[in-house]
Amino acid sequence: MSIFWLRIALGFYGVGLLYALFAISRSSDLLNRIALHASYLGMIFHFVSLTEGVLLTGHLSMAMVHNSESLLAFLIMAVFMITYLIYKTTSPGIIVFPIVFLLTFMAATRQQPFLLMSPGMRTSWLVAHISLIFTGYAALVLSFCASLLYLVQQHSLKSKRSDGILSRLPALEDIDQIGYRSLLLGFPFMTLGLVAGSVVAESTYGHVDLQDPKIFLSLLMWAVYLVMVYTRWIAGWRGRKAAVLASVAFAAAIVAWFANYFSTIHRFASS
Amino acid sequence: MRFQLIGVNHNTAPVEVRERLAIPESRLPEACKKLSEHPGIEEGMILTTCNRVEILANTKNGVGADLRGFLQNYFHLDRNEFDQHLYEYNEREAVRHLFRVASSLDSMVVGEPQILGQVKEAYATARAVGAVRAQLDQLVTRAFAVAKRVRTETAVGSSSVSIASVAVELAKKIFGNLHGKHVYLVGAGKMSELAARHLMAHGCASIFVANRTYDRAVSLAYKFKGQAIHFEDLHNTCDRADIVITSTGAPHAIFRREHGEMFLARRRNRPMFFIDIAVPRDVDPAMNKLDGIFVYDIDDLQQAVASHVADRRKEAERAEAIVTAEVERFHARIQTLDVVPTIVSLQDHLETIRQAEIDRVRGRLGVMTPDQEMAVEALTRGIVNKIMHTPISTLKSAAREAEATTVIDLVRRLFNLQEKRLVKTPDDGEQD
Repeated sequence: MSIFWLRIALGFYGVGLLYALFAISRSSDLLNRIALHASYLGMIFHFVSLTEGVLLTGHLSMAMVHNSESLLAFLIMAVFMITYLIYKTTSPGIIVFPIVFLLTFMAATRQQPFLLMSPGMRTSWLVAHISLIFTGYAALVLSFCASLLYLVQQHSLKSKRSDGILSRLPALEDIDQIGYRSLLLGFPFMTLGLVAGSVVAESTYGHVDLQDPKIFLSLLMWAVYLVMVYTRWIAGWRGRKAAVLASVAFAAAIVAWFANYFSTIHRFASS
Repeated sequence: MRFQLIGVNHNTAPVEVRERLAIPESRLPEACKKLSEHPGIEEGMILTTCNRVEILANTKNGVGADLRGFLQNYFHLDRNEFDQHLYEYNEREAVRHLFRVASSLDSMVVGEPQILGQVKEAYATARAVGAVRAQLDQLVTRAFAVAKRVRTETAVGSSSVSIASVAVELAKKIFGNLHGKHVYLVGAGKMSELAARHLMAHGCASIFVANRTYDRAVSLAYKFKGQAIHFEDLHNTCDRADIVITSTGAPHAIFRREHGEMFLARRRNRPMFFIDIAVPRDVDPAMNKLDGIFVYDIDDLQQAVASHVADRRKEAERAEAIVTAEVERFHARIQTLDVVPTIVSLQDHLETIRQAEIDRVRGRLGVMTPDQEMAVEALTRGIVNKIMHTPISTLKSAAREAEATTVIDLVRRLFNLQEKRLVKTPDDGEQD
């Protein structure tokens, strides 16, 4: 049943995806409103799906692992909605909606592999690890969206043309703020998530295996994240340089995400 | 004829004529009252702004009223003085004109927002003295709805036209909120001062002024409650400003790329907006290539203004289409409220019956003298007229109330009148 609700949510996110496609060529308040309402509904069904997943599995940690894409998509939507509430802009949706749709699509169409749970694994730390890291991911995705939008808006201001969706983008400084704030917000989550992960690893295996690709990539991503926060904070990097960094961090995040399939610790055995 | 409108506006009349026809606010209620008491006028409303004076009336019994006469009496003017400047619209065209005025499509600056408020005030004034009641009320409230539709469904009125307001709009696109932003005015000039004033009006926090002649800078700074700065210190202080308006007479660029790089480093890459109104330009175009610096010269600004005007024209076309559709809708609605067709078909119906009855008994009466013929005619006509009198006067009074449709419907059903049947059809005969 959980997957059924998720598929309904997917349908609503599909509306958001269409919005993202349409919004590139034209813009209207009506489209905005439709996309927003579809997102609300999608999030409700998504939440139901996630909750049911937890109830079915009986284990929060198991459910989180099984529905990882779905959980991440939900968190990204949540961050997007928070941004909307603060800045009254749906512009990040142009990038957020396709990502969320893709993640939800993956979650809705594919049976999740199962995690090999070692006995004695400290599940509360695992839950903390996953939820913290995922919140960090969601913030990172939004920050990435914002830096792309920043480039687009900067280009449109410099080329002195503004039409279609470009005229509806939020102000440059607002986009900058969205990116910076989500970056700052995401970083502690990511850091604490990694700490929690190492606690789990320590308690389960007695050591943290740095040779493991997933762990290695996650640390790399964290390092890029750190560089981003640092350059932004100290040197005030924005625009092109910041966008390049954000893209690198985003790419690292994606690779780290899929590294599950090569990792020995995070390995999922197919059911 | 029901709705009638005459008026002058900025297109048809010079300001000398408009000001003579203008009615001060204090005298407007009394003027509205007078208008509604003018012969032939059922309801009336007067709209007077600096760009237009318009008189809108709902006339009695569908017969046109002499609105020009009202103007003449009210202002004690010679007809020739204003007649050539007046436009007059009737019925559908009057409705369309009112819709266009309320939607700001007839304004000097198309899309300017004040006019709707002015129409609303005129309506409130006329309503307060009872000059606007039933049908004019419907018309004017519909006009408000149309104006709202135009505003929400088209972009008419959303973009600005002057260079100063384009500058503000661009600044808002870069900084979002202008609160707490600092403005730097380099050199003096009417246009740059205007731009500065606009920016300050939108919340900018403070202003620095630099000029080749320091005294001029001081007096300008005083005007804006800002801070005057010696011209030599310009490059050292400029990074404090978010928005720089420059309009000096310098033959070479004052701001070059290396200055931009220095500003950015000092500002830790926070963006900067240069508005270059000077010709030749004060800002090296290469500055625009720097990340975070945005340079708009006078041509760019003018182009933005022009594209806004073009946008507006396009949007105005869409707005006109909305108005046309709304006029049709209103017309269709008002027609169901119209009692005249019902009265005509009622008269027609009874006349048919009368004729048929006379024809039927004529054989039995035999040959009649012309006098007798006339007596029969007068008798039957008299009966019919007496019967019709109450329904018709009820209909006429109902037309002035909101219950018109109910009464019309009732009369049509009582007398079995078909929709708009003004011509006799064979069915009539079967009723006797």
